[in-house]
Amino acid sequence: MAAPLLAVRELEAWYGESHVLHGVSFDVREGEVVTLLGRNGAGKTTTLKSIMGIVGKRKGSIAYEGQETIGASSDRIARLGIAFCPEERGIFSSLDVKENLMLPPLVRPGGLSVEQIFELFPNLKERLASQGTKLSGGEQQMLAIGRILRTGARLLLLDEPTEGLAPVIIQQIGRTIARLKQQGFTILLVEQNFRFASTVADRYYVMEHGKVIDAFANAELAANMDKLHDYLGV
Amino acid sequence: MFGIPTQALFSQLLLGLINGSFYAMLSLGLAVIFGMLNIVNFAHGALYMMGAFVAWFLLNWFGVNYWGALVLAPLVVGALGVVIERTMLQRLAGLDHLYGLLLTFGLALIIQGGFQNVYGSSGQPYAIPPQLTGGQNLGFMFLPNYRAWVVVFSLTVCLATWFAIEKTSLGAKLRAATENPTLVRAFGINVPLMITLTYGFGVALAGLAGVLSAPINQVRPLMGADLIIVVFSVVVIGGMGSIMVSIVTGFALGICEGLTKVFYPEASNIVIFVIMAVVLLIKPAGLFGRAA
Ligand SMILES: Nc1ncnc2c1ncn2[C@@H]1O[C@H](COP(=O)(O)OP(=O)(O)OP(=O)(O)O)[C@@H](O)[C@H]1O
Ligand SMILES: [Mg+2]
Repeated sequence: MAAPLLAVRELEAWYGESHVLHGVSFDVREGEVVTLLGRNGAGKTTTLKSIMGIVGKRKGSIAYEGQETIGASSDRIARLGIAFCPEERGIFSSLDVKENLMLPPLVRPGGLSVEQIFELFPNLKERLASQGTKLSGGEQQMLAIGRILRTGARLLLLDEPTEGLAPVIIQQIGRTIARLKQQGFTILLVEQNFRFASTVADRYYVMEHGKVIDAFANAELAANMDKLHDYLGV
Repeated sequence: MFGIPTQALFSQLLLGLINGSFYAMLSLGLAVIFGMLNIVNFAHGALYMMGAFVAWFLLNWFGVNYWGALVLAPLVVGALGVVIERTMLQRLAGLDHLYGLLLTFGLALIIQGGFQNVYGSSGQPYAIPPQLTGGQNLGFMFLPNYRAWVVVFSLTVCLATWFAIEKTSLGAKLRAATENPTLVRAFGINVPLMITLTYGFGVALAGLAGVLSAPINQVRPLMGADLIIVVFSVVVIGGMGSIMVSIVTGFALGICEGLTKVFYPEASNIVIFVIMAVVLLIKPAGLFGRAA
C-alpha cells in the first residue's frame, strides 16, 4: 500500500501550560474523506490546528507527502498544499466577499477556478461586494470553504462545517464535499454530527481526552453504532 | 469678515493646511503601524527628524539634491525601520502595548540625543529647491510655490496610501492580517515579512514628511520631538480607527489650529490639546475609534 498522504504519529500539543493532545496517531490516504469524531473538548480542533502549525507547542510527527512538518511554520505548511477552514470560519470583516475569496494565495497549480467555485456555491456570486461578515452563517461557511479551493491545496482540513446551519445548507455542503472527493481532494473532516459524516466519510477516528481511542470504516458504522453513542454521549 | 483681513485669514489657513499635511502623513504611518504591530511607535518623531537629516547629509556630503532626497531619504529611513523591527520590535510580539511604547520611546531618546550631541539644538538650513521658489499672487493672498507643493504632494501620498490599503489585493492581505494574523499566515502568506515591511513603510512615510519639512522648518534634532506630541493628540482625537480617519483628522486639526491663530492667537498652541481633552471626556476611544 502506498504511503499515506498525511501521517500523524504520537502528536502532543499544548496551549501555554495546558497539555491538550497526548499522543494522537492516525493516517489519511490520498483521495479519502476521513472524519474525526469526539465530544466537546476532545482535541479535534487542536489536532487540525497542529497539522496546520498554529498551536503554540507541538511534539511528535506530522508527515505530509512523506515530508516532516512538525517544526515548520504555518505559512510553509500551507504552501505544501494543506488548507484549513476553521470552526469559527474566519471570514474577515474588513474585506468584502470577493477579497475574502481571493485572499489565500495560490500554493500549487490545479486549484478550482472562481467560476467552478461559483458553480458549487452560486450564492457567493450574488454577494461579491458585500462585507464578508454581513453574509448569513451558511454563506459564510460557503465562503470559508470556497476560498481554500482556489489555492491548489490537495488536503483540506474542515472543522465542523455544518455547525449551526440549516438542514438544506448542510445538504449542500455534503454534496460539495462529495464532489470535491470526486475531483481528487483529500479531506480531513471534524464533525460532531455523525449522521452527516456518514454521508461523506470513508473512515472515522474517534478522539477522547486528546487521544485517538477507536477507528473504523464507513461500512462498519452500523456495527459500531452502540459504541459510538457511548463515545459521543448522544 | 469679523474685522479680520482676508489676507491674514488665508495665510493662516494655508499654514494650517501645511501643518495638517504633516499631521496627516505622520498619523497615517502611526495608524498603519499600530494596526499591524500593535505598537504605538514613539520613535516616529525621531525618524521624521532623521528623514530631514538624511536629506541634509545627501545634499551636503553627496551633492544629491532635494528631488533625489525625496526618493532616497524615505528609503534609508524605511531600511532603518526594517532593521529596528527585525532586531527589536519582533521580540515584543504578544507582549503588552506598554513594552513597545517603552522600547520605541527609548529609541527616540537615543536617536535624538545622538543627533543633538553632534548638531546641537540649532537648525541647519536647507534651501527650497530652485524649481519651487517664488510664489503665485492669487489676489487675495500670496501663495508660496513650495508650500503649495507640500500640501498637494502630501495629500497625494496620503490618498495613494489609502487606495493601496483599501482597494488593492495587497491591501486586502494587510487588512486581513490586521484582523487575524494567524489565519492569514495559515493560508501561506508570510505575515512576519508583511509586518516588517509595514513598519518600514510607516516610518518611511515619516522620513518623507521630514524631507518635505526641511526647507520650511530647517533641520533640527528636536524637530520631531516637538511635532510628535501634537501628532499623538491628533491620533487620540481621531481614534486609531482607519486610514481615512487619520488623513482627515490630520488635515482638519491643522486647519483648526490655523483658524485659531486668526481668531484667538493666544490659544493656537493649545487648541489641539483642548480638543483632545474634550474628545477624551466625551468619547474616550476617539471620535472614530473602535472601543477596545
Ligand atoms: N486557546 C486555548 N487555550 C487553552 N486551552 C484551550 C484552547 N483551545 C482549546 N483549549 C482546550 O483544549 C481542549 C481541546 O479543545 P479542542 O478545541 O481541540 O476540542 P474540540 O474537540 O475541537 O471540541 P469542540 O467539539 O467543542 O470544538 C479543551 O479542553 C479546551 O478547553
Ligand atoms: Mg473544535
